[in-house]
Amino acid sequence: MRRRDFLKAAGLAAVSLPLALPAAAFAETAAEGTFARPATVLSAGRWAMVIDTRKMASPAMQRKVITACHAWHNVPSFTGPQEVKWLWGAAYAAAFPEQALDPPPEALASRSFLLLCNHCENPPCVRVCPTGATFKRDDGIVVMDYHRCIGCRSCMAGCPYGARSFNFTDPRPGVPSPNLEYPMRASGVVEKCTFCAERLQRGALPLCVEASEGGILFGDLLDAASPVRKALEAGLALRRKPGLGTGPGVYYIL
Amino acid sequence: MPETRLHSSTAFKIWIAGLLLLVFAGTAVYVCQLVHGLGVTDLSRDVSWGFYIAQFSFLGGVAATPLILLIPACCHGFVPFRKILVCAMFMAVAATISATLIIIVDLGQPRRALNVILHPSPSSLMFWDMVTLTAYLVLSLAVGRIGLACEKNGIEPPRWMIVPVYALGLAALATRIVGAFLFSGLPGRHYWHTAILAPRFLASAFSTGPALLLLMLFVLRRLTGFDAGRQAVRGLASITAYAMAANVLFFLFELFTVLYGQAPGPMHTVTYLFFGHDGQGAWINGWMWFASAAALLSLALLLPSGLRDNETLLPFALALVVAANWIDKGLSFMIGGFTPNPFGTITGYAPSLAEIAVGLGIVALGLVILSCLVRTALPAGEQTGP
Repeated sequence: MRRRDFLKAAGLAAVSLPLALPAAAFAETAAEGTFARPATVLSAGRWAMVIDTRKMASPAMQRKVITACHAWHNVPSFTGPQEVKWLWGAAYAAAFPEQALDPPPEALASRSFLLLCNHCENPPCVRVCPTGATFKRDDGIVVMDYHRCIGCRSCMAGCPYGARSFNFTDPRPGVPSPNLEYPMRASGVVEKCTFCAERLQRGALPLCVEASEGGILFGDLLDAASPVRKALEAGLALRRKPGLGTGPGVYYIL
Repeated sequence: MPETRLHSSTAFKIWIAGLLLLVFAGTAVYVCQLVHGLGVTDLSRDVSWGFYIAQFSFLGGVAATPLILLIPACCHGFVPFRKILVCAMFMAVAATISATLIIIVDLGQPRRALNVILHPSPSSLMFWDMVTLTAYLVLSLAVGRIGLACEKNGIEPPRWMIVPVYALGLAALATRIVGAFLFSGLPGRHYWHTAILAPRFLASAFSTGPALLLLMLFVLRRLTGFDAGRQAVRGLASITAYAMAANVLFFLFELFTVLYGQAPGPMHTVTYLFFGHDGQGAWINGWMWFASAAALLSLALLLPSGLRDNETLLPFALALVVAANWIDKGLSFMIGGFTPNPFGTITGYAPSLAEIAVGLGIVALGLVILSCLVRTALPAGEQTGP
């Protein structure tokens, strides 16, 4: 083979690879296996959260639930525009920018609202992810595979709630005493709240729910007897940006 | 031999050396970014795409240039464009390679880039971007290669060439449309979430591309004596004029909808770009006003045919088109999409020196590719001067 022919063939192979591989990958189907769910696992048709903002308003209470979440999940303590956060407090107008009453009632204007990933029914972040690194489980929880994420940040542009953070730098310096039971992320990947999917697996409720002393309820939205459904029956609740059709799974009682 | 032509001129060598210097500087800064992460950029939690993705949007438009020539040359039998088709194809190849590279440097985990292929996600526009760009690059290389060989041997292109040529045209169109859908499909990003975005992408590409091509042809005429012909120049200038008119109109349509409708979200973005926020100006404001003035002035110089045929004024008018469209796509487009942020507040963004250095390096690499391609291929059809 002449050098010229070899180079041609090599070039052709290199450029045809990105076109041929997706076809091959589409053809591949996962093998059917059998899987028995351990009895301890907490399961639901659609996990949802109700935050009673009256009970969760105090700075001490908010610090408690946020610390519980961030410490366990090794969320770095960076500050500034490149910060990483899963659960945080925001003002009324920032939490509900297009629904906020003007002038806001005094009680709401001074209250801080806990924000986190909404685990949407129809999540735009899952739709736009080019690798399937973000996906929605059957029980409605939107989770991430930190090892598949390429860091393109499409999901951050897609999320209308600003729920996602990107590791602009190595998170380790921001986690002085890491929790070895939860994986540390690498620089260059996106992360967010997981509704503590790893704890549900072990039969425990999310950390913020446990630390909230009843201020945050968690349960199956499809089960009329669940605490979230009872709370939603009892009073008026809001979801953030309902007009976008994302179907948030986090409800706020004002 | 191509080699002898490449080494014949000192000026060319200096040009390439200068560009390579920029490429090396960009590479050095990129290595720094690889080590320290995207923290070296001014990107943030709220403005998560910036200079890199903006250049991707702009270069993607430049890459679509051959489509402008293919339709008149192949569908309407406009012969003068055939001679410069190869130049447009080279511009497309260089721009596509640069656009691909700029996507890669924007990734937080570039080593995992192939995950897009290993785990294809048809619902993601980023995935389709990869597919259309790859297809486009392959087709332009193939069509350019065959076309050049035919020209060299003085024979007509084979009849079946029409198939890859049409496919190339469709791929060019697809890259632009997919490029716009990447943004217009996102809920809650008011500056992007509008159906006029894809037409705006096409109009801006169809004005930027021929303007840059014409500027390149003027430089080539000065340096090598290669003459594209009066009809080709006039044709390209007309296309630039009308595409730019459409581009400006589309933007004005968007402004009307936003400003007359007065929905707070979309309006806040536009007022931020032109006036800043709460009486506080933003650095982008001056650029927006300059781009608006440049766009209108370029139309005043391009639309009247008397002025458009004036070849002293023409390069100036074309430069205005490129400048206005670059500010629109390469500078303000990301800021508009991410400001105000999802909380209705303002997080500022201005490209960091690192971002500018890496971006310049990639554009310089594109220019090196373009220069070498033009340098080696041009004499195939035309005897050059020096």
